[in-house]
Amino acid sequence: MHTTAQKLNGSEIFFECLRREKVDTIFGYPGGALLKVYETLYDVTDIKHILVRHEQGATHMAEGYARATGKPGVVLVTSGPGATNTVTGITNAYMDSSPMVIFTGQVPSSLIGNDAFQEADIVGITRPITKHNFLVKDVRDLATTIRKAFFLATNGRPGPVLVDMPKDILNATCEFIWPDSVDIRGFKPTITCHANQIEKAAKKIAAAKRPLLYIGGGVISSNASKELTLLAKALNIPVTMTLQGLGAFPASEPLNMGMLGMHGTYWANQAVNKCDLLIAVGARFDDRVTGKVDTFAPQAYKIHNDIDPTNVDKNIKVDLPVVGDSKDFLSQLIKALPEKSENHDTWLAEIDVWKKQCPLTFTVENDSLKTEFVISTVSEETEGNAVVVTDVGQHQMWTSQYYHFNNPRSIITSGGLGTMGYGLPAAIGAAFGIQDRPVVLFCGDGGFMMNIQELVTAVHYKVPIKIFLLNNSFLGMVRQWQELFHQEKYSFTDLDDSNPDFLKVVEAFGCKSMRAENPAQAEAAIKEALAYNEGPVFVEFRVIKKDMVFPMVPAGGSISDMLLERLNPKTMV
Amino acid sequence: MKHLISVLVENKFGTLNRVASMFSARGFNLQSISIGETEDPEISRMTIVTRGDDQIVSQVLKQLNRLIDTIKVTDLTHQPHVERELLLMTLKLSKATQHEIFELINVFKGKVVDIKQKSITIEVIGSPDKINTTIDIFRPYGIRELARSGAVAIHRGE
Repeated sequence: MHTTAQKLNGSEIFFECLRREKVDTIFGYPGGALLKVYETLYDVTDIKHILVRHEQGATHMAEGYARATGKPGVVLVTSGPGATNTVTGITNAYMDSSPMVIFTGQVPSSLIGNDAFQEADIVGITRPITKHNFLVKDVRDLATTIRKAFFLATNGRPGPVLVDMPKDILNATCEFIWPDSVDIRGFKPTITCHANQIEKAAKKIAAAKRPLLYIGGGVISSNASKELTLLAKALNIPVTMTLQGLGAFPASEPLNMGMLGMHGTYWANQAVNKCDLLIAVGARFDDRVTGKVDTFAPQAYKIHNDIDPTNVDKNIKVDLPVVGDSKDFLSQLIKALPEKSENHDTWLAEIDVWKKQCPLTFTVENDSLKTEFVISTVSEETEGNAVVVTDVGQHQMWTSQYYHFNNPRSIITSGGLGTMGYGLPAAIGAAFGIQDRPVVLFCGDGGFMMNIQELVTAVHYKVPIKIFLLNNSFLGMVRQWQELFHQEKYSFTDLDDSNPDFLKVVEAFGCKSMRAENPAQAEAAIKEALAYNEGPVFVEFRVIKKDMVFPMVPAGGSISDMLLERLNPKTMV
Repeated sequence: MKHLISVLVENKFGTLNRVASMFSARGFNLQSISIGETEDPEISRMTIVTRGDDQIVSQVLKQLNRLIDTIKVTDLTHQPHVERELLLMTLKLSKATQHEIFELINVFKGKVVDIKQKSITIEVIGSPDKINTTIDIFRPYGIRELARSGAVAIHRGE
């Protein structure tokens, strides 16, 4: 133990711990249970506190920051409603394995359980949606608890960890002792992959005729893009990625197959169907990827690397599980591979045929605008190098199809939970972490309203995000399902009569704003927005109402049953 | 099939809740769960009885391991172990039945822990199967109340 004989109060200890954890930015909102913390914060100059306008916004900002930088996102909110408002954001981070530490104020220890003013059992509420959580009962435990929280959030499979701090603990004083190391006997994640498993995997890879790499967010969070690129190119193995895996392998590489799954590319899904070896790395066989599990990759020997053993054999039975960090898995594999392996030219040629059969295309008309065109144009203008944040829905899927990600940590999107309202705050958070690349937000008109209050935060701190609102005056993805599967009963998805005038709203917030209604206006607005760096800039794209995302695998269907277009759904497959 | 799982956990508030809520959140079967301190006051032992096929039980074990407050998870089902459950049961008592009841208590190696004019409370210890049989046999005499502890289990020594 490293001792400094200094006596500090709980609030001072809190900030001292953040310094030790090298936290430079926190997202928070003050309140009664946190008065002491905010009193201390008043004189803190080395940690930037971002004042949000709703605690949910703080959690999504922290997650955006975490995903863009790889560092844990930190949230500070008060007890009761402050704490309960974080629940959606915490769940989102849990589902997408984002490292986050959430600090909640709590009523004084003596009042806990008494239904005190602004009391909520946030430790109880967040138990199933955090990796772990703590209630601090003694100021002498505060530093160790915070150390443990950061350790848990960032080691093994990352995730959110919550620390609940009663008001009296934050006022009480004790000696500040920062533990040099952390030992949690119930938490020993396997980082290094077993050598035998690697050897088996290497043999299978060397012998495979039609191998396919299926890459998930684990490759991004373990910073293993370099290793992945090396491996894929050395052996000529095509790479398909999940929504969270996009960017792990550059879109500019010919081996890049884009996304697989429900709205994945035709050729990626065909390759899954026909491959003889599927190498899943840092991916979890989510239902949006597999469709009907019995018919997923039916001919393939399946290798599955994941850091979380619970992901192995959860949805799909695999032939060779390799538990461990994806970076370790890929680097060990590169070393273990024999000099000679199969030539995959025939396989790649086969894939090329599928690619030519059903490419991703859309039509452009002079007097109307499509989301696909907007995203495509932004992709070209930024050369695939922006940090792209999305909300949830059709525009999110089109982003996966038409934005060509060339770098890891470049798509920040709510994948597991599908949280509408995620985009705007997540983009703000990402921009606090990343200054050398543009941060672009694609958002629908439905989701934009769900956390619109954070526009104040963006304007106040002059956060230079590009807010691209794709306004089709519909909850577009739900509308698409209603059209395809629910007899065109557009039940409560048409927002045309109720949406506000977005330009006026955004202007009232003090944000620069533009509108585009055709491709020419759109191109001009995108260029202008990308060149503007004084603060946030907003462009409303009035896109056509009834556009649909294709290809599409109907929920629970086999990925060989892809719908390729609206009118003759099953003709192509 | 039935599985008997022994889990060493941190003896902290909320641990039982973490385990139980993991079972309900993931839709796992939970037949019984019992918990008590071990020789180390910082550690408790939980005995869990669950049902499921191999795939499900493998997930149960992994999900238990994944909880930060679990220290060691052992599936005792196919290992040498001792499993016991405690039954406390109050039965109706009458002149006509008392003789038979006392005989049956002996058969099940039970103990009388309380006796009143019209009722008798007994204690029986055994495997959950034996406890099930005990309850079935005594049912015709009229069970007023019963309480089962749930199984506790431990490895057999070397």
